[in-house]
Amino acid sequence: MSAYVLLEDGTRFDGEAAGALEGFGRDAESFASVAATGEVVFNTAMCGYQEAVSDPSYRGQIITFTYPLIGNYGVSGDHMESDSVHARAVIMREGIDREDSALAEGGWLTWLADGGIPAITGVDTRALVRHIRDQGAMRGGVFGGELSEDDAMDLVRAEPSMTGADLAKEVTPGEPVVLDPLNAGGGPRIAALDTGIKDSIVRNLRERGATVELHPCDTSAEALLARSPDAVFLANGPGDPAALDYIVETVRELIGQKPVWGICLGHQLLCRAVGLDTAKLRFGHRGANHPVKDLATGRIDITSQNHGFAVLGPGGERTIDTDEPVRWDTDFGAAELSQLNLYDRTVEGLVLKDVPASTVQYHPEAGPGPHDSLYLFDRFMETLAA
Amino acid sequence: MPRRDDISKVLIIGSGPIVIGQAAEFDYSGAQACKVLLEEGYEVVLVNSNPATIMTDPEFATATYIEPLLPASIARVIERERPDALLPTLGGGTALNLARQLTEDGTLERFGVELIGADYDAIRRAEDRELFRVTMKDAGLRVPRSVVVESIGEAERALPDIGLPAIVRPGFTMGGEGGGIARTEVEYRERVAEGLAASPIHQVLIDESVIGWGEFELEVMRDRNDNVVIVCSIENVDPMGVHTGDSVTVAPQQTLSDPRYQALRDQAITVIRAVGVETGGSNIQFAVHPNTGEIVVIEMNPRVSRSSALASKATGFPIAKIAARLAVGYTLDEIDNDITRVTPASFEPTIDYVVVKWPRFAFEKFPGADGSLSTHMQSVGEAMAIGRTFKQAFVKAMRSRELDVERTAFPDDLLAALETPSHDRYALLFEAIRQGATEEQICARTGIDPWFMAEIAALARGEDPEAGLQRCFKAVDTCAAEFEAATPYFYSGWERQARHEVDRGERPSVVILGSGPNRIGQGIEFDYCCVHAAMTVRESGRDAVMINCNPETVSTDYDTSDRLYFEPLTIEDVLAVIELERPEGVIVQFGGQTPLRLAQGLADAGVPLLGTPVESIHLAEDRPSFGGLLAEVDLKGPPYATAGSPEEALTAADGVGYPLLVRPSYVLGGRAMEICYSREGLADYLERHSNDSASVPNPSRTAEGGRPAGTIFLDRFLENAIEVDVDALCDGESVRIGAIMQHVEEAGVHSGDSACVIPAMSLGPEMIRQVETATERLALRLGVVGLINIQFAVHGDDELYVIEANPRASRTVPFVSKAVGVPLAKVACRLMLGERLADIELDIPAVPGHVSVKEAVLPFGRFPRADSLLGPEMKSTGEVMGVASDYPAAFGKAQAAAGAELPISGTVFISVTDGDKPTATQLAASLHDLGFEVLATGGTAQAIRRMGVPVERILKLSEGSPNVVERIESGGVDLVVNTPTGSGARADGYEIRRAAVARGIPCITTMSGASAAQRAIRARRSDPPEPIPLQELHGNRSAAGRSPAAAGRASE
Repeated sequence: MSAYVLLEDGTRFDGEAAGALEGFGRDAESFASVAATGEVVFNTAMCGYQEAVSDPSYRGQIITFTYPLIGNYGVSGDHMESDSVHARAVIMREGIDREDSALAEGGWLTWLADGGIPAITGVDTRALVRHIRDQGAMRGGVFGGELSEDDAMDLVRAEPSMTGADLAKEVTPGEPVVLDPLNAGGGPRIAALDTGIKDSIVRNLRERGATVELHPCDTSAEALLARSPDAVFLANGPGDPAALDYIVETVRELIGQKPVWGICLGHQLLCRAVGLDTAKLRFGHRGANHPVKDLATGRIDITSQNHGFAVLGPGGERTIDTDEPVRWDTDFGAAELSQLNLYDRTVEGLVLKDVPASTVQYHPEAGPGPHDSLYLFDRFMETLAA
Repeated sequence: MPRRDDISKVLIIGSGPIVIGQAAEFDYSGAQACKVLLEEGYEVVLVNSNPATIMTDPEFATATYIEPLLPASIARVIERERPDALLPTLGGGTALNLARQLTEDGTLERFGVELIGADYDAIRRAEDRELFRVTMKDAGLRVPRSVVVESIGEAERALPDIGLPAIVRPGFTMGGEGGGIARTEVEYRERVAEGLAASPIHQVLIDESVIGWGEFELEVMRDRNDNVVIVCSIENVDPMGVHTGDSVTVAPQQTLSDPRYQALRDQAITVIRAVGVETGGSNIQFAVHPNTGEIVVIEMNPRVSRSSALASKATGFPIAKIAARLAVGYTLDEIDNDITRVTPASFEPTIDYVVVKWPRFAFEKFPGADGSLSTHMQSVGEAMAIGRTFKQAFVKAMRSRELDVERTAFPDDLLAALETPSHDRYALLFEAIRQGATEEQICARTGIDPWFMAEIAALARGEDPEAGLQRCFKAVDTCAAEFEAATPYFYSGWERQARHEVDRGERPSVVILGSGPNRIGQGIEFDYCCVHAAMTVRESGRDAVMINCNPETVSTDYDTSDRLYFEPLTIEDVLAVIELERPEGVIVQFGGQTPLRLAQGLADAGVPLLGTPVESIHLAEDRPSFGGLLAEVDLKGPPYATAGSPEEALTAADGVGYPLLVRPSYVLGGRAMEICYSREGLADYLERHSNDSASVPNPSRTAEGGRPAGTIFLDRFLENAIEVDVDALCDGESVRIGAIMQHVEEAGVHSGDSACVIPAMSLGPEMIRQVETATERLALRLGVVGLINIQFAVHGDDELYVIEANPRASRTVPFVSKAVGVPLAKVACRLMLGERLADIELDIPAVPGHVSVKEAVLPFGRFPRADSLLGPEMKSTGEVMGVASDYPAAFGKAQAAAGAELPISGTVFISVTDGDKPTATQLAASLHDLGFEVLATGGTAQAIRRMGVPVERILKLSEGSPNVVERIESGGVDLVVNTPTGSGARADGYEIRRAAVARGIPCITTMSGASAAQRAIRARRSDPPEPIPLQELHGNRSAAGRSPAAAGRASE
């Protein structure tokens, strides 16, 4: 059954329906059987497809996998980064639905269909990615072949822009959740503002003895501090950090009160809290091969990345053109840009020098991706133990 | 940390001749390293014995030494050059071993040479099996369990730890004979008992078997700041048990989930740190249990390797280039990614296509070798293909192999046959699927992962991954299109709509067709010529466009040409590139038979071919018309005939006369060519080759001269003639001779296997003039524009016969170029681009001031059951060169470089045919005078004794024990001279040669070779000659002050 990708600038790529889209026509009631719309982005990792689609940071987005064969080793409960799939749809060169891998609990395409996730295969994903690279990430959709291009374009245009979108509230839990340590315990109690936290982050903290509390993202600083946590964690998550001023306010109240560590969206929120601005990247960083340099040690980690917005320098600059740590003063004392992306020299980390607070833009928890930066979890736990 | 300024001169050791397991990939990596170090302003001293390499072109180093790769000769170079550092990681195992030896014998310390890249301890930790095991265990990693036992009892006690299946190998037997897999306890006891009996030291090595586990390789790079990146993961379709060089492999890995892949990545990083490779690339191999995911470290190479060349070509990340920069002080983030030019090398390539590598075998060359595969590499080359999907890449790799013969006859029990990995495993597998075998059945027998099985089975059932799609050329860019790529390196994929990424620009282009996978008869020499063509085209201001599919080579380095298309060399694939490129012309002359086979098809499609016209190529190949042409220019060839059937052949043979050379019409490297001395011999040949039904010519190939397959060629064989090879240049109007080479072996040995010497020592001035005149007439008559190679036989004093003429670049072009100091292929390319010889200043010395000897390197050690006899069928994989001021010294150097260093004392065993006995007695006398003990069997001993030379008579194998074979095996012989008495495969001679090859004893099978050896032994007893670099030998003529970077990019 034919299907196509339509971008908001009118560019079209054809393929075959897969996943929930394969039910096209049979189940006209369901939106998923005819279409999915969202921001079309691409991920360059060569494996870890299931982790990607279940990462809440992909909320509102359609993932194009640059690696052409997706589904080779099936799906399994071990590879989930949350309870459900968050990506709106999946675009692939070739989707594979086999479950004979020793690891598989099911086939990838069947699983997508069962989960109501539309997908398209047979797409010249490289051509699509080159288009997005040159024109920037944009709204688009995946549509069944019988839907007219005009109707499809109406659906695309109806999709709200990613800029200014508060998607954290779509993925945050309704009630606090408390998770016990995965080892002997006795470790710190960490309160996380859950803007869509990945399971790998929670697991890495719990494996190191932490008790992790996941709080709704609109929880006030007061309410958090009332729980007497040993530290506050600012989670990853979807959407535009500029739309989350209510969380930024909370963060400002937390800085200096408790040690703060954050990843990805959490990094952007801490940076906004100390006065830095954020801006949308042309097509984002999504993959498992980005080099990040720690400016203090010179160490380079190959990192897992998933973000469409980035933090600007203290002067509003998009790139940092020095390998020396950039220092300036904030309301909370001295701050330092601690890490840099060596691909495009954007900001990858922040350290406050006078209060215990630091964040990174990349994903030290991997899931999927390299384990080079797992030591950041150790470092965080050590600062709490000290 | 930036460039090190405390060193200024760096020594690089190449990998020597092309042998199985060590091929053109080290020319690629070495040439890259030399270029980088020169660019960085270092003086580069290079030692390599292989003239057919780009790295030994004089402009790639400050001083280039063509010397044997032995500690003593390297030490002499070090003493003369006094380098500050030795970079040993670019010349394969050869260079690494030499670095180890030069450390151990104190040479490096004595001359203050620092090892950079990998230090002595790291080399030992990686190369010494036991030390490696300990290092891995200390780092918390698992290696296969292993134990050495000396009794059944010990073996039984070890069993619970080792587990079953286990691999049992007797200690110290030749070629690992007598080993095997034990799957049950009963088998285990049997194998151990057999092994103890077979081992001369009553020792058995028992390893835990990981056969059938998934096999993975990671290419890892580390810098001095301890930053580590994984360049590429490679998965073997053939699971553990088949050498990775013989396996079909895929990049990136396909079947591991992210957590499993990351576990491998973590371990790879641990390995490179534990072994302590300070800077540079390493290849690390793992076995992964398909169900449990358990990981076992198999081995690591602390250097660039065949896999790293593959990884570089698969990703666009130039490992050797970066390794060289890291070795002189840079860190990964200080080096640019050449492809994007905006991002640093401190990243991990991500790819958005699939790469499949397929090995190329040559079992048809080695009767007696059974074609089964094991952990011992046997393939002679490889082809790589890039596709948008696994299936696209797989079918493209299959057609890239250019098989001469395809299997069409199959055993009845295919599943049983599939259990033993073999060179034609996938032909069997395809057939089994067609006959209805299930994927599960085949997986169970082969251990191939079900994912690969499903993909391959779909192809076997007729799925065409290109059907209904359009070909589009996409770029290899290291980053899955995340950044714009600056370096144009392309492959074709098949998509719904053709969206090409090629920006062809406005400049005229010339397409150069490469030579495809290496094979016997078509090796690195042709790639060398193609690279020279690319350089020349670029210098002319045109864009050089390369098409090739061999990942080992310099030609497929994206730096070599303006645009590289990694594509199979079939007419359809080539025409697709041409359609896009619209080149000014196509060069088919440099890549050996591969592009020549396409010439007619290209011409028919209206593609302009540069240089010699296609008609001339056909004219030279077709025997009758070539015979007519010879007569026309008043030259003669040996009498010949063609026959359509065995009966016709027997009749025609009487007219030609015996001895005669017989061969089938389809010939590459003299395949199935033999000399018959009698009607009976010919009848026997015809009988043996009538039932070749299992091998039919590939229908996509045309038989030679357009004749139907099945035609038999008969040529009179000129016994005792001197064979002479000429490489010459012609622009259609005038001719220049590059060199006249004289073969050391008599006519009858394939020119590729024969040692040869420049200048031609035995030809008088009159004969030289005859050869020159004949060359000129033939080249002009054929209308050659470019290169021509002519083989002559000089019979008696003054009879000159033309054996064959090939109007194209020959195998000897690199050797001649290095011997005379003129890059023949580059000059030929200029002629093809329209220049005239009269306008080119060519300083070819009439008589060179030195003697150059080329020696062939043979792979018999890899095929213990194949005969090591030389004949009209080419069997060598590579070549070396010896240069000295006189012939014996040059010959001795060439022998040493070929791995058969002649002894200066000891015992010589001589056994020759009756015809050779007079010469053999002279030889025995000379060697006796040099202090050798002489050993001979019956007839030869008698003849020698009659000359008054003391000789010990020893029994033939067939005469009982103790016999000569036993004496050789026990190490009691240092040199063997054995001329063949017939082709009986199991005759005495065969066993003698097999034993000599197995023990690495020089084994000379022709009398002229023996007499050259005797003179070389005499020369070796005096002081070794001082090594002289090519730049001095040729007074810097060919370097002309150009750096390779300037040569490569002059057009920019």
